[in-house]
Amino acid sequence: MRFAELKNHQRELYYFQLRVGIAGIAVLVAFALLAARFFYLQVLQHDYYHTKAEDNRISIVPIAPNRGLILDRNGVVLARNYSAYTLEIMPARVRDIERTISELGEVIDVQPKDRTRFRKLLQELRNAESIPIRTRLTDEEVARFAAQRYRFPGVEIRARLFRQYPYGELASHVIGYIGRINPSEQAKLEDDGVAANYRGTDFIGKTGVEGSYQQELHGTTGMEQVEIDAAGRGIRTLSRTSPQSGNNLTLTLDIRLQEVAEAAFGDWRGALVAIDPNSGGVLALVSRPGFDPNLFVDGIDAASWETLNNSPDRPLNNRALTGQYPPGSTFKPFMAMAALELGKRSPSYTISDPGFFSLPGVSHRWRDWKAGGHGAVDMHRSIVISCDTYYYGLGNELGIDNIHDFIGQFGFGGKTGLDIDGEKPGLLPSSEWKIKRFKQKWFAGDTISVAIGQGYNLATPMQLAQATAVLAANGMSFRPHLVQRIESSRTGEVRLVEPKPERAMNFKPAHVELIKRAMVDVTRPGGTAARAGAGAPYSFGGKTGTAQVVAMKQGEKYDEKRVAERHRDHALFIAFAPAESATIALGILVENGGHGSSVAAPIARAVLDYFLLGKQPESMRKPSPEDDSDEEEAD
Amino acid sequence: MALELSAMSPRRLYARVAAGVDGPLLAIAVALVSLGLATLYSASYDLPARVNGQAVNLLVAFALMWVVAQMPPQTLMRFAVPAYVAGVVLLVAVAIFGEVVNGARRWLHVGVTRVQPSEMMKIAMPLMLAWWFHRHEAGLRAREFCVAGVLLAVPVLLIARQPDLGTAVLVAAAGFYVIFFAGLSWKVLAGLGTAALASLPPVWGLLHDYQRRRILTLLDPTQDPLGAGYHIIQSTIAVGSGGITGKGWLKGTQTHLEFIPEKHTDFILAVFSEEFGLIGVGLLLVLYLLLIARGLMIAANAPTFFTRLLAASITLIFFTYAFVNIGMVSGVLPVVGVPLPFISYGGTALATLFVGIGILMSTQKHRQLVQS
Repeated sequence: MRFAELKNHQRELYYFQLRVGIAGIAVLVAFALLAARFFYLQVLQHDYYHTKAEDNRISIVPIAPNRGLILDRNGVVLARNYSAYTLEIMPARVRDIERTISELGEVIDVQPKDRTRFRKLLQELRNAESIPIRTRLTDEEVARFAAQRYRFPGVEIRARLFRQYPYGELASHVIGYIGRINPSEQAKLEDDGVAANYRGTDFIGKTGVEGSYQQELHGTTGMEQVEIDAAGRGIRTLSRTSPQSGNNLTLTLDIRLQEVAEAAFGDWRGALVAIDPNSGGVLALVSRPGFDPNLFVDGIDAASWETLNNSPDRPLNNRALTGQYPPGSTFKPFMAMAALELGKRSPSYTISDPGFFSLPGVSHRWRDWKAGGHGAVDMHRSIVISCDTYYYGLGNELGIDNIHDFIGQFGFGGKTGLDIDGEKPGLLPSSEWKIKRFKQKWFAGDTISVAIGQGYNLATPMQLAQATAVLAANGMSFRPHLVQRIESSRTGEVRLVEPKPERAMNFKPAHVELIKRAMVDVTRPGGTAARAGAGAPYSFGGKTGTAQVVAMKQGEKYDEKRVAERHRDHALFIAFAPAESATIALGILVENGGHGSSVAAPIARAVLDYFLLGKQPESMRKPSPEDDSDEEEAD
Repeated sequence: MALELSAMSPRRLYARVAAGVDGPLLAIAVALVSLGLATLYSASYDLPARVNGQAVNLLVAFALMWVVAQMPPQTLMRFAVPAYVAGVVLLVAVAIFGEVVNGARRWLHVGVTRVQPSEMMKIAMPLMLAWWFHRHEAGLRAREFCVAGVLLAVPVLLIARQPDLGTAVLVAAAGFYVIFFAGLSWKVLAGLGTAALASLPPVWGLLHDYQRRRILTLLDPTQDPLGAGYHIIQSTIAVGSGGITGKGWLKGTQTHLEFIPEKHTDFILAVFSEEFGLIGVGLLLVLYLLLIARGLMIAANAPTFFTRLLAASITLIFFTYAFVNIGMVSGVLPVVGVPLPFISYGGTALATLFVGIGILMSTQKHRQLVQS
């Protein structure tokens, strides 16, 4: 019994110990599996997880470069940057954006329009790291938010640079504006392979110099490696590559001349371009009405956009480059040059003007602007008094293709090549063009109105100024440009835009002399712009022009007072001064201004008085907004 | 006893204090808690008081261990039924009056403090079952095993209902180990295993949403990188980025930039692995293995059925704690609330663990006494 019990005990102990052994083996196997797992994670996959941990830990923060400044020819700042605080939400780090915004509203004033803009941006910029809910916070708001910051993970105050245009409307079409990068611009940046350089940059030049010189102005984005914690808060900076500011641009434009020119327009709509004939540098470029580019910097609000975009005055339209108008009688001096150079007319060739012109076998009568005609008219007189009949006959004899080929050399019918985008080519018709466009042959009658700058003829104010400059420079043609100097703000290295002669037409000096003399006499007593030229202590050449907006029926009489304001003729004027050796050439268009002599020529006189004499017109005695060009920059 | 101690000479005092304390077990435990304190120090840069708190917890735990180590197994056996009954009663009380914390009803207010009765079941359960099998040692038949099954199931289900899956698993494992060592036949074990697999789908239906999510997330943590998967992803990154040698003590970026959730408690191994690397993890696994080897050795040489069962099952509980936690942090087991034994912050778990160590020591100390 005792033995059996003992034996039983021993057997029991043996079985127990067997199970302990099995358990021990199971433990070893289990731990071996764990060890294998750690070996896998910490040795085989170490590089992967190391990268993951670094990605967790290190956030690469792009530092947007300061945008280059835009200065006028005298160093007056036209576009600059200033620093302001914005309140920004990082969508990826905020769970309930709507709630966060309404809670933010308790701390900081958030207007419905701020919310609307935020939502719009959130939709447009799906991958944006950070989207502003408020811009330009006051110091007090910054302090208030800082105290409550713990409540808002994923919301941060950032110091950002904003663009500012101190002159507001002045030269707004030249300077242009910047705005938020939209999806199609983003796609283009990506296509161009420069998207990386735009990380951290929200704005891009849209129009004018801001748009066309975007690459120069942008600069190079810097990077900062920041260690962050799980909540995304920056702990310390690990390394930093400084951004490089964009290049500063100096324009050929003189903002004070621009101011005089814009003021001279008063309430008239229209455009003016002033070019230095000796270099092609644009001295002033006006399109009226203008707009305040500062409205666009922050993302324009819907109401302002509606107003600008739907206004019948089309203030966003750059008339100087995109407005295509019949050049009217301003076309005549170029026609006269063609006649002389092509040997179709001698200076002394005289017609007797009955007040109209007709083609054999055509019943239509092309009327002179002066009923009853001008009597005996030679080439000089045809310009001074702007005789239509002289040019009707001349046009008919030259033929459209001679006109096209010769006058095209002045820059009509093609883009002048100005260094900002958006220029329209105008239209200088040819028989070939008509076949292409209308699948119709050119009729001799078509040439008659082209000869006085009507018909199919269209020119932009830019082309008028350029053609006048070419004439003033005796046939020397320079590529017109607005930017004359590009300065690297980092190295100080300067690139100058050298005047680039495009072509030199070897006009016979006597021919040019004759045309110029006639144009000077336009501004003297007996000329069509005699009133505008009265009392000028310098001599200048000019030519008036009038362009029909609405065609008149045969035999109908144009009565300015009876025609609706927007159907009245456009007034044109081209000019160069001083007559002996021109330093400025002008092309001016005043929409619905009636006659060139009464509205457009006085604008030219005001501009020339300031340019040549430094005389400010009576109408503008108010000081310019920024008299000090050396003003300190906010960046 | 205090008077008695103070009257002794230092040498005798040492002998008296050291009596019953198993040297190897103590050395292993001290090594583990030292690693634990060092890791906790690193994880607690934001809450330095945690380290002091854990030190106090350790003093209490060592005292408990010492006291338990002094008790002869017969005394421990006397606690079995009262502890078990009290545990079940408290669990029922929790189910009725318990306080809800984080969506689970686990805590019971007792006067000034609150207790988690499920924790004491981790010791009371093997104690009870070891007592039960010991009583029926002479004739263990199916009936005895069935009763044991019921004794096991009642508290486990109560705990699982709270819900506290982690503790339920640990308590169930503790009871199961006793039954296994008591000699449940291999055929029945195989049958149970098959039944367990077959019952997986219905059990899935009983699980709470968050429990299901944890299991699904384990299978593919990237499904929910900011939600349930975040714990696993971030702790795996911490472990993997530690590499062979680790980033160095106090230098874990995942830890110090707050990417590791629960870094003082359940996920402290992520901190440890990040800072000490594979070498550190290897050392830790070796220490656990030594602890388990020593425990199983004590069990194998234990004098009575009761002590054998108790010592073996407690040893395997240490293993289970470690395995479940390490598996969870390294992303091979679902996230259940199981701390890393001897390392994680928390007084209750430490107390339970050191009572277990005390029981092992008592078993070792009294083996000859009973035998002779």
